[in-house]
Amino acid sequence: MATATQDTSRPTSRPRSAFDANPVTHWLRANLFSSITSSIITLLLIALLARMIISFVHWGIWDAVWTVPGNDTSACRAARGLGACWAVIPEKYRFILFGTYPYDQQWRPALATLLFIALFYASCLRRFWRRELVLIWAVMLSLIGLLMWGGAPGLPFVSQERWGGLPVTLILATFGLAFGFPLGIFVALGRRSKLPAIRSLCVVYVELIRGVPLISLLFMASVMFPLFMPDGVNIDKLLRAQIAVVLYAGAYLAEVVRGGLQAIPRGQHEAADALGLSYWQNNRLIILPQAIRHVIPPLVNTFIAFFKDTSLVLIIGIFDLLTTAKTAIIDPAWQAYSVEVYIFVALIYFAFCFAMSRYSRHLELQGKRGA
Amino acid sequence: MTTPTPKRPPRQRMSLSLRNDRFRGLLWQIAVVAIAVALVAWLWSNAVHNLSARRISTGFAFLGREAGMPIVDTWLAYSPKDTYLRAFIVGIVNTLRVAVIGIVLATIIGTLVGIARLSSNWLLSRLAAVYVEVLRDVPPLLQLLFWYVLMQGLPPARGAWRPIDGVFLSNRGLVVPSITLDGGQFWVIGTAVLGFIIFYSLRRRLITLQIQDGRTRRIWPYGLLLVIALPALVSWVLGVSWTVTMPELRGFNFVGGWTFAPEYFALLIALVTYTSAFIAEIVRSGIQAVPRGQWDAALALGLRRSFVLQKIVLPQALRVIIPPMTSQYLNLTKNSSLAVAIGYQDIVSIANTTLNQTGQAIEAIALIMAVFLTISLGISLIMNWYNAHIALVER
Repeated sequence: MATATQDTSRPTSRPRSAFDANPVTHWLRANLFSSITSSIITLLLIALLARMIISFVHWGIWDAVWTVPGNDTSACRAARGLGACWAVIPEKYRFILFGTYPYDQQWRPALATLLFIALFYASCLRRFWRRELVLIWAVMLSLIGLLMWGGAPGLPFVSQERWGGLPVTLILATFGLAFGFPLGIFVALGRRSKLPAIRSLCVVYVELIRGVPLISLLFMASVMFPLFMPDGVNIDKLLRAQIAVVLYAGAYLAEVVRGGLQAIPRGQHEAADALGLSYWQNNRLIILPQAIRHVIPPLVNTFIAFFKDTSLVLIIGIFDLLTTAKTAIIDPAWQAYSVEVYIFVALIYFAFCFAMSRYSRHLELQGKRGA
Repeated sequence: MTTPTPKRPPRQRMSLSLRNDRFRGLLWQIAVVAIAVALVAWLWSNAVHNLSARRISTGFAFLGREAGMPIVDTWLAYSPKDTYLRAFIVGIVNTLRVAVIGIVLATIIGTLVGIARLSSNWLLSRLAAVYVEVLRDVPPLLQLLFWYVLMQGLPPARGAWRPIDGVFLSNRGLVVPSITLDGGQFWVIGTAVLGFIIFYSLRRRLITLQIQDGRTRRIWPYGLLLVIALPALVSWVLGVSWTVTMPELRGFNFVGGWTFAPEYFALLIALVTYTSAFIAEIVRSGIQAVPRGQWDAALALGLRRSFVLQKIVLPQALRVIIPPMTSQYLNLTKNSSLAVAIGYQDIVSIANTTLNQTGQAIEAIALIMAVFLTISLGISLIMNWYNAHIALVER
């Protein structure tokens, strides 16, 4: 690649011409037509892009079918191969978002989703980074549990088997984080402990979990877990998957936290020891607050990866967002329009992950500025 | 891992008191190990009880039994009459062939996109950024299902797309012309591989000489001789015939040629696009980690930009790139287990079928874990060796 460079504003030795006087042409020349190779690449890309955009506009907007009367998909079939059938989205979005949750009660998962988003948003704000955040999480998560299960007056009970869609994805990810994070902290401390038995247990746990795909852990949760339980103990499938996800998250988060612990200079430990603090006080008050602050950007990245990974529960048949999407298009009338549904779901996942990755970028920049 | 301290404080003497650190440490360890052992023992006794209640005998004896499961897409000879062991080996080969080719392609595409992201061409760098951002933020399983649906939406075999003569793309997958391989061809390929190894060591030797006396030597003629001319000579002497079989449409399917099944193809595309987005970011940050002064100094010597990138910046960036790259390779290999969602029969899929047929849950999952731990270890070893190989040699 001859065009690689690290900055875009290199002073050129070329004499100033009329092109350089006008800011627009100057910009074009500096950034798109700075050399012959660059110009060729620009022209090729413009041609390619134009072709792609034109065909996408044709398929996605111009020739697309936006609504159909009832379940009659003849308009979509007529446009097959030419245009998209977006009509599948208004028809199926309730099922995709909330699964088989009772139709007239679906405001509850919707509200739960909003609460989740509010919780994430609050956790991102620096002013909430205090001890009370743990309390906020506990209250919010119980509130979400109450909303989803119901059982209180005015809220009929809805069993877990009927939960589905976006709330399940958020539950798996959030509870995975809420329990996996403390687990990860303990394991990270254990891995750096001076006590050989504890250290080796933690190493085995982390390496074993990180060495195998999440799918095999989920299989374990769905097939092997019942084998390991005494007779009569039957744990719900969603909970079993949740346990697998927590164990998985714990191992990965432990490694991130360990990275933070390693960055703390020895002097901090020694100073805390000199103050007469115990091991736990030392970690709780001195080491962990610093270590975790160090690793917030990689923590957010781990959380993004983890949010995407929850979609694997599709394979053991738990109704998360991806599974409801896949189930929605089993309906024979809409079978042919899976691409549209996948694009819709991809946009939802993208929105969450993109927001988180922007946030992580923002934190990194702040960190560089020495905030 | 603890950093070694220059001077250890003298060890405290152990005394049987809770105020004594060493004694407390010992108690902690005993407690934690006891809990772990008790938990495992409890789970194990439940498992033994449940298995005997279901009349499942533990152990790997089932591996010798007839599998009776069809495996569609395989490189090894396999029929449903073969044993479970054979089925597992087929599964391992299927996992490896998607993982290895995926790693190679993802590295190439990821590196190109990562470099493009730093291009001075605004449009190119923006497009590379969009590529990375879009592919990184959508779950790989969703991408896999998406590509698979697109594959199934391709025209049937009769109306297959033919970009080049002899290449067919249809909902049966990709069919390309094949070359019959038997005795003679392997000699030729062997010679080419040998020639490449000799060429590589020769190249290193010549570079050492060049460093010593400063004279540039041509390297490529040796490459041409060893990798192309020598195998061609062997082929001519042995009289090896290179027959190319063109695939033909017979009825509803293709005869002859090599077929890449749609499942394999979809899995490969999904893994490569997803992983290459991460690799692009690693390459970009690796290049940016090389101090600007290196660019400026090299450009001041009058070197071309492409030469500076290849010979000066990338080798230094590699030291930053390799460790995170290793974990991406491991991720790709682990993600190849998503195959089970679209019915590509990799090791996880075959173990899952075995599990459903025989009920040998513990054994099947132990096998999956063993296979992946071995592959992970292998990749880590290779990458650590490579990392040590390129590490900065300081005086």
